[in-house]
Amino acid sequence: MEFDLKSPKIPEFQPENPARRSFLSTAISTVGLAFLGFVFYPVFKYLKQPLASGINVKSTVAAKISELPNDSGKIFRFGDAPAILIRTPEGQLKSFSAVCTHLDCTVQYVPGKRHIFCACHSGKYDLNGRVISGPPPRPLEEFKVYEEGEDIIVSRT
Amino acid sequence: MAIKEFLTSRLPIKETLDILKRKEVPVHRFSPFYYLGGICLYLLMVQVVTGVLLLIYYSPSETEAYQSVKYIMTKVSFGWLIRSIHAWSANILMVALFLHLFSTFLLKAYRPPREFTWMTGILMFLTCLGLGFTGYLLPWNQLAYFATKVGTEIVAAVPFMGEVLKEFLRGGTNVTGVTLTRFFALHIWILPMMLAAIAGLHLILVQKHGMSRPLLEASKPKKSMPFFPHFLLRDLNVWLLVLAVLTILSFYFPTHLGEPADPLSPTPIGIKPEWYFLFTFQLLKLFPAHILGFEGEHIGIIGLGIVGVLVFLVPFLDKKSAKDERSPIFTFVGWFFIASIVGLTIWGVLD
Repeated sequence: MEFDLKSPKIPEFQPENPARRSFLSTAISTVGLAFLGFVFYPVFKYLKQPLASGINVKSTVAAKISELPNDSGKIFRFGDAPAILIRTPEGQLKSFSAVCTHLDCTVQYVPGKRHIFCACHSGKYDLNGRVISGPPPRPLEEFKVYEEGEDIIVSRT
Repeated sequence: MAIKEFLTSRLPIKETLDILKRKEVPVHRFSPFYYLGGICLYLLMVQVVTGVLLLIYYSPSETEAYQSVKYIMTKVSFGWLIRSIHAWSANILMVALFLHLFSTFLLKAYRPPREFTWMTGILMFLTCLGLGFTGYLLPWNQLAYFATKVGTEIVAAVPFMGEVLKEFLRGGTNVTGVTLTRFFALHIWILPMMLAAIAGLHLILVQKHGMSRPLLEASKPKKSMPFFPHFLLRDLNVWLLVLAVLTILSFYFPTHLGEPADPLSPTPIGIKPEWYFLFTFQLLKLFPAHILGFEGEHIGIIGLGIVGVLVFLVPFLDKKSAKDERSPIFTFVGWFFIASIVGLTIWGVLD
């Protein structure tokens, strides 16, 4: 309730005292909402992803050098998602995220055809991860590949 | 207002409120005991909510159970709080059940027409003991493992079918991962469903018959208050208080996890059952190894079973209070039970 200081008017006394009533109901609902917040905040935090496991993985051993002949591919775990390692028919090593940019399916290398294929909606990517045909909206994310002793290491660029 | 009309003309809101408004709660010096049933109901709801939350991360297998509980306690946000509230709420629920049971007994609220209210109450009490026993095993730690070994071994003393019953509970001759999964099924589905059904009947009966006015108050002028909203608001206040107590206890005394169960280690020294089983445990210890050629433990189990059946049938045995007369014998029996249970429990704790 606002008062005009220049011409102060005493508010009319009302037997039901609506100001007090509305103050009480506002106070009770505010406290009630705060209470619900206190109860549901831990529940919400509890239900959220507990630990971002593997999201921060920077590099991983994708395969042994001997494992991968020319014109073949291998899917490996990179953090919490699959990635694909490909040795092209020419013997070059390439690595991409194996998660199709369309709807999260896992792609595969098709030997002899020089492309990466997604079985869900026939999306095709070339050996640089670019979309050749089908619904994928973006190219596959490419990773750095290098050899270290017996191992092939893949890391985020 | 339009929404209110839309709903009330389609849902039985008015009818339900009318029933609740008609219900009167007697006001007298023992009235605070009427809160106990509501407290039990509230704690059961807390158990359902926290139990379902724990279920989201718990893994019921011999190899993973302990690790998954450890994960809840250390990695999941507020996991320690949810688990501690579940454990504390279980313990306070047992206290509230004991108090509810004994106040009902001493005030003779089981008198006609409330016999079935009493009997459903006893069945719920036993179901809650079962929930406590089965839930205790689920973290698969040393204490849980050995407490379950001993607890299921006591079942073997039931005459004639003890061994069969024991192997049925354990799912084999020993406590193994098979025991864990069947205790899990009992704890999260079978017993809760039984409890929900019996509690539903119990609550319908309480609605139908209303709260019992104690015999001690029969001669005094009858005062009462409406259940809705007067008593319900008081109930809600008590529930808030209980939640505060639960949270404080869980914060300052969170539940431990202990060491993972190792069937090839010796039983830890000083192992004891949970406090609500302690009086039974101490009582069975009192029996000598042999009584008149029978095994003492068998006699003890049979005795406990007979007492249980008598308690279940008390409304039909207490003929005096059924006629609304004082029945001092049953009052004495009630106090005798309380004294024995408290005494045996204290002895068990100190033992």
